Amino acid sequence: MKVVSRDGDTVIAEVDGVQREANITLLEENIDIGDYLIIHAGFAISKLDEEYAEETIRLMREVFSEEDMA
Amino acid sequence: MTGEMKFKDEFRDKSLVQNMAANIRRMAERLSAPVNFMEVCGTHTMSIYQYGIRSLLPENVRLVSGPGCPVCVTPTGYVDKAIASAADPDTIVATFGDMLRVPGSHSSLMEQRAGGADIRIVYSALDAVALAKKNPERRVLFLGVGFETTAPTIAVTILEAARLGLKNYCVLASHKTMPVPMEILSGDPELNINGYLCPAHVSTVIGGNAYKPLAEKHHIPCVVTGFEPADVMQGIEMLLAQTLREESKVEIQYRRAVSWEGNPKAQAILRQLFEPCDAVWRGLGLLPGSGLAIRGEYAEFDAEMVLKLDIPEAIENRACLCGEVLKGKLAPFDCPLFATTCTPESPVGACMVSSEGTCAAAYKYGR
Repeated sequence: MKVVSRDGDTVIAEVDGVQREANITLLEENIDIGDYLIIHAGFAISKLDEEYAEETIRLMREVFSEEDMA
Repeated sequence: MTGEMKFKDEFRDKSLVQNMAANIRRMAERLSAPVNFMEVCGTHTMSIYQYGIRSLLPENVRLVSGPGCPVCVTPTGYVDKAIASAADPDTIVATFGDMLRVPGSHSSLMEQRAGGADIRIVYSALDAVALAKKNPERRVLFLGVGFETTAPTIAVTILEAARLGLKNYCVLASHKTMPVPMEILSGDPELNINGYLCPAHVSTVIGGNAYKPLAEKHHIPCVVTGFEPADVMQGIEMLLAQTLREESKVEIQYRRAVSWEGNPKAQAILRQLFEPCDAVWRGLGLLPGSGLAIRGEYAEFDAEMVLKLDIPEAIENRACLCGEVLKGKLAPFDCPLFATTCTPESPVGACMVSSEGTCAAAYKYGR
């Protein structure tokens, strides 16, 4: 979910137009508006990494090579 | 690419998923024997049924659902304790919604609530602390159920209650930890598990390293996998690639959310409040070191210590096959109660209750 506002340890995050409040005390990273978080039972438990997301999609688009299967 | 696309839409791209399915079929042609891959994450279970992942796989690549739904593995005796606590008119029982219909020996929290017990559904465990603050003359007992993902959030509530000086908040804890049951199931020759799709959310907390002893000891490939359909397909590809290379190591497919070390802050809070204990899993029995008990320093917030509940031994419904479903030995459709006497509206077993339960997912999305 995307962070749309922050007030101390509480953020409002949004996905598909639905907004949820979440507590960010379990995260070590600094959280800014626009960050994407995984929210579980009212708490952010992980901040999503854009570079890894792009890398994963790139790998998905590559067919596994013969060496991978050897 | 916008964030929405990068983090969601791309991973649901139908043509991408179909290409990966074709690739999986090609890889599977080179297998010398069928393989069984197990997922142990309620979110995977839902995703696999919702997107019909099984129908995209060749016959020799089988997906098996394991004990990945925390509500489902919670034993009947725990529900009985929750019900006994709710009988006290001075107590408010606060819980996540999916515990409500789980059958105890004689009743469920839902039935108790209809009978007048004060049982409140909360979205976040912090809502239960707020309830305690608002109702100082009553005790608020929170049902602490869940794996390493949920346990740190419950830990935060105890710290918050301590900070606020609340004397009327306690947790009936039944938290469980993940790698232990995987370890037990790995040694089961009847199951013959050849690879694990390791849980997504749990792994954000415990990290990929947590599965290394399992992969090394049992020579089973482990891939920490996300739960969008393309994630699950890639997790399967990676397990197949390891199988074909005769490797057994831990890989992280869900790298955008999971690191090797996990979430150190969540781990530290978890360790501060909880210590490992033996725990009973529905279907699997007593597993040493597989649970989390509230540490002695925080005993005033531990419902077990505060209430000293002594309840009769739990009565299990012997017709219910949830235990076998949780071990991956039976599919929901193999249970004679499935969709006949056991439905989401009137569940006999826990697997039909939680939206993450294998039977509930199978009921909703079909084969």
